[in-house]
Amino acid sequence: MTLDYSAILEDRYFDYLVSGAITTFSLALAAWVAAIILGLLIAAVRNIDFLPTRWFCIVFVDYHRSVPLLVQLFVWYFALPELLPQAFTQSINRGNPEVFFAWVSLTLYSASYMSEDIRSGLRAIPPGQFEAARTIGMNYAKMMRWVIFPQAWRLSLPPLVNQALILFKGTSLASAIGVAELSYQARSIETQTFRAFEAFSLVTLIYMVGTIMIMFFGDRLVARYALKRG
Amino acid sequence: MIELLEQYGRLLLVGHYPNGPLGGLAMTILTSLLCLAICFPIATLLALARTHGNKTLARFYTGYIYFVRSMPLLMLIFWIYYFLPYVLPFSLSPFVTIVLAITIFSSAYLAEVIRAAIEALPKGQYDAASALGFRYWQTTFLIVLPQALTNCIPGLVSQFILIIKETSLGYIITFNELTYVAHELNKILLVKPVEIFTILAISYFVLCSGLSQLGGQLERRIARGRLSNDSDQ
Repeated sequence: MTLDYSAILEDRYFDYLVSGAITTFSLALAAWVAAIILGLLIAAVRNIDFLPTRWFCIVFVDYHRSVPLLVQLFVWYFALPELLPQAFTQSINRGNPEVFFAWVSLTLYSASYMSEDIRSGLRAIPPGQFEAARTIGMNYAKMMRWVIFPQAWRLSLPPLVNQALILFKGTSLASAIGVAELSYQARSIETQTFRAFEAFSLVTLIYMVGTIMIMFFGDRLVARYALKRG
Repeated sequence: MIELLEQYGRLLLVGHYPNGPLGGLAMTILTSLLCLAICFPIATLLALARTHGNKTLARFYTGYIYFVRSMPLLMLIFWIYYFLPYVLPFSLSPFVTIVLAITIFSSAYLAEVIRAAIEALPKGQYDAASALGFRYWQTTFLIVLPQALTNCIPGLVSQFILIIKETSLGYIITFNELTYVAHELNKILLVKPVEIFTILAISYFVLCSGLSQLGGQLERRIARGRLSNDSDQ
């Protein structure tokens, strides 16, 4: 077997790779943005002193952390459309239901982990900071805005970067419900050309570019905004 | 749902065993245990490579960690399952593929846990060992590892949970574990996806959530032990 990248870089297979890469990166980005917003929301609701909402958050986070992402994808793709209102399911099916449900499950999955990262950042702030802010007459919103949050997000940053990495790699599982992202395209090129090494090495390389970019910029961000205590 | 469990519960639990191959939840748990058992010594060696002080070994360690962190587990499974048969005279079974892929992956994550535990040991332990005239291997096996690995037990439990969740990827290469069995059942019955996938999700939830409660308890117990040790000194 000789190496021949030209066979899989011709028009059709090259298009497969490009569209796969675009799907992977945009799915990861869309889920990341939504997950950060939802994660903040969950962390905030979790801190409200009201038992039903607190329990809901605990079970919600525990479910998404205990069940494999692949199973979560299956639940959304195979089971939930049966329970959702018909009109809603039909409007999704007119678009691209695979991508939609992959986005929903990746978002919920990541948001659960992120909410825990955000919460542990908040918990790591010494109580003296809260007391000091109140003592100088800040109200709750001002205290959060000017004292707590600037410290908390710096503490949460390293785990959040790691979570972005896990999310990016997690998009590969969307191929199991038929989303035509990178690993899905790797398999279809391989089955059509029997050039496993060429297809897999290119796709692995694209994944590595993505992950190494996240690690590199993440580390720089963490180094730049690290809390200087002393 | 109860009816479904009565009829197919056994299939989901043990597959066709004892009249056919083992599968289902039992397969998931046994495979995960096997992976953990193989990972543990490899991860310990990797962690020692990092903490030994040798620059080449440390570089190898860093390279390995970055390699694993930079690629989805699914791609590694593809490499092993679909590429290796092109260059090897035999092909690997789905079971061997999953065990191999998860071992390569989890060793790296577990090595980070063990490394952190080794580095967290107070420096006095090393001073005491060298005062007693211990060599590297004596220090490692009699002083460092017994303490570091005990402190790692909660980390080992969370690694076990991660491995259980990762075995679900066996579905993609038709490995007979819980997710695959449930998916096949759904394909045969066709009309009961809600019940089947609810049962599937609940099984993983009960198993992994329960294990993580256990891990939390172990962590508290070990922390207590450490506190009382400190006050003894």
